[in-house]
Amino acid sequence: MKTLEDLKALREKLKSDIKVRQNQGTKIIIGMGTCGIAAGAREVMSAALDELAVRKLNDVQVQQTGCIGMCEKEVLLDVIRPNEPRITYGNVKPADVKRIIADHVVNGRIIEDLVVGKIEQES
Amino acid sequence: MREIALHILDLIQNSIAASSKKVFLDVNEDEEGYFVFRICDDGKGMSAELLQKIRDPFVTTRLTRDIGLGIPFIAMSTEQSGGHLTIRSKEDVGTTIEAAFLRDHLDRPPLGDLAATIRVILATNPDLQFIVRYRYGNNCFEFDSLAAKEILGEEMDFSFPEVYLWLDAYLKQEISKVRNEQEATE
Repeated sequence: MKTLEDLKALREKLKSDIKVRQNQGTKIIIGMGTCGIAAGAREVMSAALDELAVRKLNDVQVQQTGCIGMCEKEVLLDVIRPNEPRITYGNVKPADVKRIIADHVVNGRIIEDLVVGKIEQES
Repeated sequence: MREIALHILDLIQNSIAASSKKVFLDVNEDEEGYFVFRICDDGKGMSAELLQKIRDPFVTTRLTRDIGLGIPFIAMSTEQSGGHLTIRSKEDVGTTIEAAFLRDHLDRPPLGDLAATIRVILATNPDLQFIVRYRYGNNCFEFDSLAAKEILGEEMDFSFPEVYLWLDAYLKQEISKVRNEQEATE
């Protein structure tokens, strides 16, 4: 049985992790326009959040963005590691997320067969 | 969209894009024979002119292309299920959307995974106050992200892995409790 009171205990438990969070970590950005949602963005995002939770990757941030005009390649998922180019993966399925997190987010190896775009670092 | 919960997620993306700080979602499984949900936000709202043509798929505020399908989709889905879509909006005040479907209509999509919709919104919008009410008969579940965040403290939010897993379990538990209690009385 879960209750709101559990959050108090989590707050105590996670105090020490908060410092880790403030570092500039890796970002995962998922397209959540109508096109993205219709193509399964919610399940992809759930898979990403679940996988990060299971691996306890506190310093990875998951964000959302709207439609960027590549609707036919949704679900689009971008990975930005600090000081590396922004990589866009296309036609991402929930089953691909584990591999993207293990290979790219954690180990820095880009998964070439899923890539649909690459943007050199903006800043 | 295969689920009403996906329409809800899509419409709340509009609220977020309109710079809402507070979004209220009310889902009622059975309101005199209708399945109804309402989304009320305090975003920048729409002008009377935009509001009038918002159901047209060739009207959108975005810049990447000239098509916006979110509102036409939900309008079509409610109308096919013998319901209606009502949108009220005022510039600088906010927007309220009410979608109703005949509950027992063959074409009414299932609610789907409401817990997934809620947790995804909360995990990716840490500064949004999101209030959810899920009703079925006399049973009701209410969640206010602000109240939860007060317990959690300033430095943490729902994107923290362990908090996210708690949220996931809590939402599933509370939503199925409402459903089970209602089904037990039927």
